[in-house]
Amino acid sequence: MTAAIAVGILVAAGVYLILQRGLVRVVIGFVALGHAANIILVSAGGMAQRGAPLLADADEEAVAGMADPLPQAFVLTAIVITFGITVYLLGLARAGGDDDPDDHVLDPDSGPDGGDGTGGDSEAAVSGIAPESGEGDGSDADRHAGAAT
Amino acid sequence: MNGGLLALPVAVPLLAAALLVFVPHRGAWHQVTGIGASAAVLALSVVLLAQTAGGDIVLSHNVSGWLPGVAIMFVADTFSALMLVVTGVIVVSCLAYAFATGDAGHRLFTPLVLMLSAGVYGAYLTADLFNLFVFIEVMLAPSYVLIVLAGGAKRVAAGRTYLTVNLLGSTILLAGIGLVYGLAGTVNLGMLAGSARESTAMAVAAGVILVAMAVKAALVPVHGWLPRAYPFAAPAVTALFSGLLTKVGVYAIFRIYAVIYEGDPAYGWIIIAAALLSMVFGVLGAVGETTMRGILSFHMISQIGYMIIGPGLFALSGGDPRVAQLGLAAGIFYLLHHILVKAALLVCAGTVETTYGTGTLARLGGLVNRAPLLAVAFMVAAMSLAGIPPLSGFVAKLTIVRAAIVADHWLAYVTAVAAVLVGLLTLLSMVKIWNGAFWGHDGEATWDEPADTGATTTVARVRPKFALVAPALVLAGFSVVLGVGAQPLLAAAETAAAGLVDISAYVAAVTP
Repeated sequence: MTAAIAVGILVAAGVYLILQRGLVRVVIGFVALGHAANIILVSAGGMAQRGAPLLADADEEAVAGMADPLPQAFVLTAIVITFGITVYLLGLARAGGDDDPDDHVLDPDSGPDGGDGTGGDSEAAVSGIAPESGEGDGSDADRHAGAAT
Repeated sequence: MNGGLLALPVAVPLLAAALLVFVPHRGAWHQVTGIGASAAVLALSVVLLAQTAGGDIVLSHNVSGWLPGVAIMFVADTFSALMLVVTGVIVVSCLAYAFATGDAGHRLFTPLVLMLSAGVYGAYLTADLFNLFVFIEVMLAPSYVLIVLAGGAKRVAAGRTYLTVNLLGSTILLAGIGLVYGLAGTVNLGMLAGSARESTAMAVAAGVILVAMAVKAALVPVHGWLPRAYPFAAPAVTALFSGLLTKVGVYAIFRIYAVIYEGDPAYGWIIIAAALLSMVFGVLGAVGETTMRGILSFHMISQIGYMIIGPGLFALSGGDPRVAQLGLAAGIFYLLHHILVKAALLVCAGTVETTYGTGTLARLGGLVNRAPLLAVAFMVAAMSLAGIPPLSGFVAKLTIVRAAIVADHWLAYVTAVAAVLVGLLTLLSMVKIWNGAFWGHDGEATWDEPADTGATTTVARVRPKFALVAPALVLAGFSVVLGVGAQPLLAAAETAAAGLVDISAYVAAVTP
């Protein structure tokens, strides 16, 4: 029951956050959703069974109370994968400088904010190769062209 | 045969990738190792296909000899082996293409592609839902990097969309696996066989996994990410993704619906509805696009709908194994045909973009004079996609329509009609590209004379390098061969389908 409530709250928070526009909020939303999935996995092994698993000399009663080690191994794997990808997503959020390109599509005249010039640089750092144009202006025009097509 | 070979399609590319990270990006080391490792896996896949083509042998292997049930298990039946072979062909040709276009210019490109291919091979070979999740992540993690590699702001923006949607899909998949484990206490496909047919709770849990797979496969209504991501990646990367990533989702839907649901007729209408919607939405969405790769990417959604007809007809078959087998075989043939043909088309589009600097149809024109070989390759692949005889697309569509009519269910008849009509609309998209890029007068991007721009001089008579055209010719050639000589592949698809209808051999090989 506790696990179900925790999953419910985490999913609600996660869904709310990933529907936001800013990428950092989306990332936090994914962290919440990932935790919810992990709790589902752990509870799949049975919340009541909490004894140390895999004991060679356990008696029958201890065996009955042993925790299932498999979901814990699953969760460990899943946490590592989700963590790595979340960090990469944060890197991408930084790389673009401005994490909401749709605003520019709708209103190209509103002008880029100050983040765009640095955005071009960090993008080069992520991709390892400088974009076609080193200037913030160039990459911004490029983005408009791409959005228009 | 020693099943130990089964671990090699995953191990060889992973080891080669790890090795290449430390090899400096000079000389031909990356080319030789990348293509060599991929070609070795392709050869191995052909051996596996030859071994399993009879349909009665399912190879399995517990990695490093751990106890069954504890070990990581690899399994190959005809379906898996067919997917491995086609994937191998795509990886080799797309790597060769990437070296020709210069998309492989980054020192991490080849290792990433190898890692991605290892994940795809692993997903085709595993018989365990959690390992499926892990291999899908092994496949996706490099793809997140490849899609933004060496790109400008729009490529990063496309990469973000792609990453967030796939991360959501993976989270749903993980939750689904947790639910399945909570209900059954196992994630082994063999032990789960038929469980969703017996218990509604299991059907819901496995349904969560199917939804996640539908996201990965870009089925309508969860298709929105694909046309916003694929056209912006590097040309070689788009071709590679189209042949590998969404197809893992399609494969998993086939496998899970056949094994866990045993083709339960109760959910047939959902699958057929998703298939019909994907076919129609995809083909109509493509009409609105204005670039070559934009049209082709949107169009992919429509083609994925065709493939999903396979499990849909399986569900509608009403327990008749012959009908179920025909439906699944049609879906499998379509899947294999589509991977090759779509890669050929995307390679053509990529070549145009690499050579003339744009894929916008309004700025192209007259390429049939400029690049006749490319035009031939595009024409053959496009006609094949639309389903014109004698190419492989015709055989694929014909088997789908035939299977739908044999199924003798009103939904199946609707599907057959839709398959033919959507084929006509496919022709519309293909003719649009043909008229825009290849036919007519030279576009501004393909002018001979120096354009009147003062500082810049356009080089006269630009023609694509042969190395850029060759992969398209090879891939389009497969379509001709598989159209004229369709019988061997059709037979193999039927064997694979029989393995999905009667899963006893697969279950026996998989269950610890």
